[in-house]
Amino acid sequence: MRTAVLSGKGGTGKTFLSVNLAAAAGRSVYIDCDVEEPNGRIFLKPEAVRSSVVTTPLPEFAPELCDGCRKCVDFCRFHALVFLKETPRVFPDVCHACGGCGLVCPRQAVSWKERPIGVVEEGRKGGVRVVTGILNTGEASAVGVIRAALAACRQDDCPVIIDCPPGSSCSVMESVSQADYCLLSAEPTAFGFDNFRMVHQLVQLLGKPCGVVINKAGVPYQPLEEYCIREKLSILARIPYQPHLASLTAEGRLAVEEDPAVREIFEDLLGKLSKEERK
Amino acid sequence: MKIAVPLDENRTEVCVSFGRAPYMLFRDTQKNTEEILPNPAADVEGGAGLKAAQFVVDQGAQALITVRCGENAAQVLQAAEIAIYHSQGGAARSDLAALEEGKLPLLTSFHAGFHGIL
Repeated sequence: MRTAVLSGKGGTGKTFLSVNLAAAAGRSVYIDCDVEEPNGRIFLKPEAVRSSVVTTPLPEFAPELCDGCRKCVDFCRFHALVFLKETPRVFPDVCHACGGCGLVCPRQAVSWKERPIGVVEEGRKGGVRVVTGILNTGEASAVGVIRAALAACRQDDCPVIIDCPPGSSCSVMESVSQADYCLLSAEPTAFGFDNFRMVHQLVQLLGKPCGVVINKAGVPYQPLEEYCIREKLSILARIPYQPHLASLTAEGRLAVEEDPAVREIFEDLLGKLSKEERK
Repeated sequence: MKIAVPLDENRTEVCVSFGRAPYMLFRDTQKNTEEILPNPAADVEGGAGLKAAQFVVDQGAQALITVRCGENAAQVLQAAEIAIYHSQGGAARSDLAALEEGKLPLLTSFHAGFHGIL
């Protein structure tokens, strides 16, 4: 049972939901795929953390083999290759490591060198295995680090919670790729609703079943409520807007460990999730 | 000397974007000829600056006049020893005249790229 938590808009409570779900589950795996600003570890406080470097292959071109046919330069749809002074030259930030240049080279002039792009940290807190993807500052693409962090998905004897990045682009698509179910965190505001529809469209496109948690709930935001009815989306939980939850979170504390009413909401949500995922 | 200038749709004014300019003007000062070619990078998905720089290199230009230029494209142009001049905006003709009079400054700062965000 692998649940991805996503929202579109930032600040709607993806990490709040993810870390509290993982903690409430007791035995679980928490994977932080928000690799540009991973902060689940601030709440889960993993111990005995081990770190492994994530690399991505970068092409190198042997000048003595290259005859300047430019097939690689013409093939690269990302335009990461430039032909300069009789040899192809790669721009690492633009290269997507697709391997195409090596395939089209008729003279086997392309070889691969591993380039570090980030790390995956792994530790434990109680029954929770905490996996954190961390992208090196300045790297353009988060996909490689997310993919490496998601390797922890292979542990399938307990709930896996995948904390996704904001937005609805490549990094989010990669983060939900291994999920059986998507939990959409919705904020009852116009901005939250707009982004919510975007991620809903995305998970539909990817054929993932999904449900909704309305976070920071106060007065119901009618367009969101009506949309969920129209689209037959189950609202699995409503977490009320309460200043003390914001304070707990700002202090890096877990709401399920400090507030019995919140614990009850998350335990109920876990029950509903396992029912949804059996459907 | 062959000079490249990115042009707007009207084919007379300098385009503010180098990579995404619809046209590229090439002026050969020795032969006193001019040629306007479509920029093959204008509507590519990504890496427009690099592809436009490759185009300028392949056309054999020794100078480029542009309003702005990204870091990646600048690296290509500098490696190919192409001088990058700072356009004063408006008609390409006045920039070319200023360059020939030695009055056009070099472009010294390069942006980190827009990557689809304008």
